[in-house]
Amino acid sequence: MKMDDVWVVVPMYNEASAIAAVVHDLRTVFPRVVCVDDGSVDQTAVEAGIAGATVLRHSVNLGQGAALQTGFDFVARQPGANWVVTFDADGQHLVSDAERMVGVARSQDLDVVLASRFAGAVDNIPRVRRTVLAAAVAYTRWSSKLAVTDTHNGLRVISTRVLPRLSLKQSRMAHASELLNRIHTLGLAYGEVPTTVVYTPYSLKKTQTNLNSINILFDLALARLRAGS
Amino acid sequence: MIIKLLLLAGILGAVVTALRSSTSMTYLAVRRVALLAFAGAAAVSVLSPSTLTWVANRVGVGRGTDLVLYGLVVVFLFVSIGVYQRIQHLEERIVRLTRTLALNDPDSREADGPEE
Repeated sequence: MKMDDVWVVVPMYNEASAIAAVVHDLRTVFPRVVCVDDGSVDQTAVEAGIAGATVLRHSVNLGQGAALQTGFDFVARQPGANWVVTFDADGQHLVSDAERMVGVARSQDLDVVLASRFAGAVDNIPRVRRTVLAAAVAYTRWSSKLAVTDTHNGLRVISTRVLPRLSLKQSRMAHASELLNRIHTLGLAYGEVPTTVVYTPYSLKKTQTNLNSINILFDLALARLRAGS
Repeated sequence: MIIKLLLLAGILGAVVTALRSSTSMTYLAVRRVALLAFAGAAAVSVLSPSTLTWVANRVGVGRGTDLVLYGLVVVFLFVSIGVYQRIQHLEERIVRLTRTLALNDPDSREADGPEE
C-alpha cells in the first residue's frame, strides 16, 4: 500500500534515547514523519532529524496537546496529505498497528480511527495504571458520549479533511478527551481498532504519572464551564 | 443578615467574571472604578474607624475589622481570578507564537513535502 499521502506526527519531549529507533521503524512503512520537539533540553530533535524525520521545534515546552496541534497545522499545509497518524515518541506503539489502522480508515472511509489497548493485547500493564485508565475511560465515555474502550491512547489516524475543524485548545494532556468530545460534537465517523501497547520500563518512566489525571480533570472541568457560559 | 447577602453576591460576582473571561474595555473600566472605591473606603476606615464600625453594624457585622476581613476575602477572590485569566491569555499567546516559529522553520534533512 502506498503511504505517500500519510503523515505521521510524533510529539516528543526529552526522548533522545528512544526517538531514533521509533522514527527509523516508522520510516520503514511511512516515508513522511514529522516530529514536533516540544522544547526538549537534550538531543531529541537532532536524533529525530538524523533518523530522517522532518523536525519542528517549539522554543519552549508547551505540552503534548500543543505539540500535536503544531503537527496538525504543518500537515494541513502539505499538498497531497490525506491522513495524519499520531504516534508516541517513547516506542509504546507498534508501526504495524498504525499501518493496519490506516488500512481500516481507508477502506471504511472513516474520519478518525482510534487505537484501543483494552480491546487488544496488553503487555505488562501495571495494576494501578489499569485502574486509573479505567476511571479515565469511564469519565470520558460519559462526557464525550462515545462508546470507546480506551480514551488515552496516543495512536490515532485522522483524515486531513476534518483536521481544520479539530483545532485542539488543550495544550497539556486533556487534549485526548478534547479530541473525543470534538468527534462527538462534529459528528465524525470513527472506528476503534484493537492494538498492542508495549509497556517497557522506559515507556513507563516517561509516561504521565497517575496523579496527573487530577490535572486533566481540572483542565476539562474548566473548559466545560467556559463553554457553557 | 445583610452581610451574608453582600458576601454571597461578591463570591457569585467573582465566579461569573471567572467564567466570562472578558477583556473588554467595560471590564477594565469597572475594575478601575472598583479600585478607586476600594481605596476611598480604605482611606475612610483609616481616618475614622468609628465610621467603619458604624457601617459594619448596619450590615450586621459586630466589628469594623471583621468587615475589613470579609471584604478582603472577596477582593482576594477577584484579584486571583483576574491574575489567573491574564496568565491564561499570555499562555495562549505563547502557544500561538511558538507554533508560528516552529512552522516557519521546519528542519528536514531529506527532501520532504511536495516532491512532484
